[in-house]
Amino acid sequence: MIYEGKQKIWSEYQKEIPDDNWYYVRSCIRQNFFPASERMFTEISRNVLGKDIYETPHHTTCGGIAYHCDTIPQETVMTIVARQFALMTEAGYENYCPSCITSFGNYAEILETWREYPELETRIREDLWKACRREFKKPKYLAHTSDLIYHWRNEIAVRAKHRLVNRQTGESLRIVEHIGCHYAKMFPSKGVGGAEYPYVLAGMIESWGGQVVDYPERRHCCGYGFRQYHVKANRSYSLSNTYKKFESMEPFHPDAIVTNCPGCPYFLDRWQYVIAEQTGKTYGENGFGIPVLTYEELAGLVLGYNPWDLGLQLHQVAVEPLLDKMGVEYDPEAKYLGLNRENILRPELPGSIRCF
Amino acid sequence: MNEIIVVIGGGIAGMEAVGTLLSLGHTPILIEAGPKLGGHVASWHKLFPDLSSAGELVSRLQEYMKGANIFLGTRVISLNRLADGYSLKLSNGMVINASAILLTTGFQLFDASRKEEYGYGVYDHVITNSDLEAWLAGRADARVPKNPEHIGFVHCVGSRDIKACNSQCSKVCCATAIKQAIEIKEKFPYARVYCFYMDLRLFGKKYEDFYVNAQRDYGIQFIRGRVSEVGETRDGALQIKAEDTLSGKPLKLRLDLLVLMSGIVRNDSIRELSLMAGLETDSDGFLRSVDNEYSVVESNRPGIFFAGACTGPKTVPETIAEARSAALSAHRYLQRTTIIR
Amino acid sequence: MTDFGFTLSCSSTLDLGKVDNDKFEELCRLEPGAGVCIGCGSCSAVCPSARLSGMSVRKVLLAVRRGRNVREMLQCCMLCGKCTIVCPRGINTRNLILSICKLYDD
Repeated sequence: MIYEGKQKIWSEYQKEIPDDNWYYVRSCIRQNFFPASERMFTEISRNVLGKDIYETPHHTTCGGIAYHCDTIPQETVMTIVARQFALMTEAGYENYCPSCITSFGNYAEILETWREYPELETRIREDLWKACRREFKKPKYLAHTSDLIYHWRNEIAVRAKHRLVNRQTGESLRIVEHIGCHYAKMFPSKGVGGAEYPYVLAGMIESWGGQVVDYPERRHCCGYGFRQYHVKANRSYSLSNTYKKFESMEPFHPDAIVTNCPGCPYFLDRWQYVIAEQTGKTYGENGFGIPVLTYEELAGLVLGYNPWDLGLQLHQVAVEPLLDKMGVEYDPEAKYLGLNRENILRPELPGSIRCF
Repeated sequence: MNEIIVVIGGGIAGMEAVGTLLSLGHTPILIEAGPKLGGHVASWHKLFPDLSSAGELVSRLQEYMKGANIFLGTRVISLNRLADGYSLKLSNGMVINASAILLTTGFQLFDASRKEEYGYGVYDHVITNSDLEAWLAGRADARVPKNPEHIGFVHCVGSRDIKACNSQCSKVCCATAIKQAIEIKEKFPYARVYCFYMDLRLFGKKYEDFYVNAQRDYGIQFIRGRVSEVGETRDGALQIKAEDTLSGKPLKLRLDLLVLMSGIVRNDSIRELSLMAGLETDSDGFLRSVDNEYSVVESNRPGIFFAGACTGPKTVPETIAEARSAALSAHRYLQRTTIIR
Repeated sequence: MTDFGFTLSCSSTLDLGKVDNDKFEELCRLEPGAGVCIGCGSCSAVCPSARLSGMSVRKVLLAVRRGRNVREMLQCCMLCGKCTIVCPRGINTRNLILSICKLYDD
C-alpha cells in the first residue's frame, strides 16, 4: 500500500465544512439501534466543543427508507425534504446536517436533481405551499454528521482521555472503517476522500491514534441493502454479504470496526452472532466477535465517557476486549443497570459467540 | 527552396516528416519540448506485430533525418499569423518566420490513477502498459514481483469510457496487451496470464494471428468482463473483481501483478499552441482535420499540417505513413505558393 | 442451532485463480484448438440437438476451462459435424467433443 497515493486522492476530495451553526436532523432508526450515538453528537458538539447545533422536534423522516425500498415515488420524498428545508429556513439556519447516511445521500440526490431540472424544484415548491403553506431556502452547506466529527477530529484528539492504542503493547489499534454506501458512492465529490478511498472515518482513526485496516472487500456493502433485509426471503443475501466482508477482513485481525451509517453497524454487529450460530465461526480473539462502533461512540470512548452511558451494552458483540485494550475503565456489574443503577434484568447470552 | 518549414514535436512522426522534407530538398527545423527525440516510442521495448525493436526504429529515423536543425528542450512561446506564413517565438529566444508548420505533437497516456478503483499509485503491484514496456526494456521496477504466479491485464483503461471523458477507442492497446502478455509469459513461463477485455479490436495486419498465438501457444486467458475493483490482501497481493460474462458469474482473482492498458488521450500541453494558431478541436478532443477521410493531414489553417496522434490514436505504421504524407502536402503547398508569388 | 428462517448462502463467485486447470491443459494437448475459442456461439446456433436438450459446445468448453464437469451435456451430441463447418476459428469440434468425453470418462 502506498500511503502517499491515498493522500493524493484525499487531497482531491475535500469539501468545505463550516465550523459552526448547524441545523441537525436525526435518523429514523439510530436511536433504537444505538441509543446514545445521536445524544453523543449533540453532547460533544455543544458541551465539549461549544458549537451551535439546532434541532426541532417538528422534523420527520426524510423518506429515504421508503424511497430505497421502492414504496414511494421520488416526488413525494422531495416534498418531505422540502418541508425539512422549510423548518431549517424558519429556524434561521443555512447549514444542514443529517445524522443518517441515507438521508445525506437522499438530500444530495435531490439537490442535484433540482440543479439539473429546475422545473421540478418549482413544482415541489408549489406542492409544499399547497400542502402546508411553507417556503424554503436550499441549504448553503450539506454535511453528514460524520463530516463534522471529522472536521473537529483534532479538537477531539486534544481533549482525548484514551487513544486508539493498545495500552499493553503501545501499538496502534487496527480499526476497520466502513462507510455507508449512500455517503459517497452516488456523488464521490460530496464525501470527504471520495468514493473509493473515503477519508472521513480514516481521518478520525488516524487523529485518535489508531491505524486503518484496508482489506479487499472494504468497499463492499455491509449487507443491509434495504430490500435485502426488509424482505425476509432476501435476508440470506444480507447475511452473506456481511459474511463476505468478515472473511475478507479476518486475516488483518482488526480490533474494532467503526461506521458512519445507521444500518451498517447494526448488521455488522448482529450478523456476527448469526454467523456464529450458523457456522460456529467468530472473528475476534478468544471466541469474541469484532466490536462494531458508531463514530460518535468511538469519539465518546476517546473523550472518556462511561461506556454504559454510550449504550455499548446494547451491542451484540461484546465491547469489553476493546475497552480493555484502550484502557477504558468500566464496571462490569453496571453493564445492564438502567438509569440510577436500577435493575432492568440481564439479557440471555448466546453460546455461540462470547459475550458478557 | 529556401522557405522554412517548422516541425513541432520530435516523436516518430516529427522525425519521419523531417527526414522526408530533407529528401525533398527543404531545410526543416524540428522543435522538441523534451530532452531527446523519439517521443513515447523511444521508451518502448518492442513493436507489434513483428516484435521488432522500438529503439532500432528510433535510431533508423535519426539516421534518416541526419543534418536537420533540431532544437531540443524548446517550446513555442507565441505564434502569429503573417501575410505569407507564421512567425514563431521560441523559448530559447529565437524568432522564426515559417512558410509552413507541421504539427506532430502526438498524444499523452491517460493518467491511470484517475480510475481510482484500480488503485494505480495506491496498491504496490499495479502498473501501466508504459511502466511494463520500460521494465521489459530493462528499467528496474520494484512493483514487478520476482516470481509472479498470476498476472492480469485490464484493457480500455480510460478509453471508450464516457466517465473518463474519453469516448474514443485508443486503437493500439488491444494489440499492445497481447504483445505484452506474450512477453511477460516468456519472462515467467509458469505464470497464468489473464486479459480482461470489453471488446477485442484487432484490426491490423497480422494482429489476429497474434491473438491466436497468444491463446494457443502461450495459453493466455481472455476473459470478457471489465475489472470493476481492485483491493490489496494482507500479504500485499491484489484481489480483483470482474464478471465472467460468458459464464454469467461474478469472478474474483488474486493477482501478483496488474497491468492497466492506459489509453491514448489528447496532448493537453498543446492547448495554448493550438489556440494561438487558431486550430480547431474535434469532438473527441483531438485536433480537427479538414475531414477525417481524405484530408486528415490538413488543418483549417493554410500552411499548417498534422501528422500522427495529434489528430487521434494511431499505430506506428499509420503515424509513419501520415508523416510522409504530411511532408509531401507541405512540400506541394510551398510549391503552389511560390508559383503564385 | 437457532432457526432464523434464512441461512448463509454459498457465494456464486468464481475464484478464477483456484480453478483446477489440469483437465483444460490436457484437453489442449488432445485438441490444440480448445484454446482459441472466442465464444461466438456459432456451434450452438447450428446444433440440431441444442433446441431440444440445451446442449452447447461453447458452454461445455467454457465449463472445462472453469474446472466444471458438464460431460452429461455431451450425451445429446450426435456428432453431426455442423459445428465444425461453422467454427470461424477452425476448431476441430468433433475431436474436441470426443476428447472431452475421454477426459471425463477415464
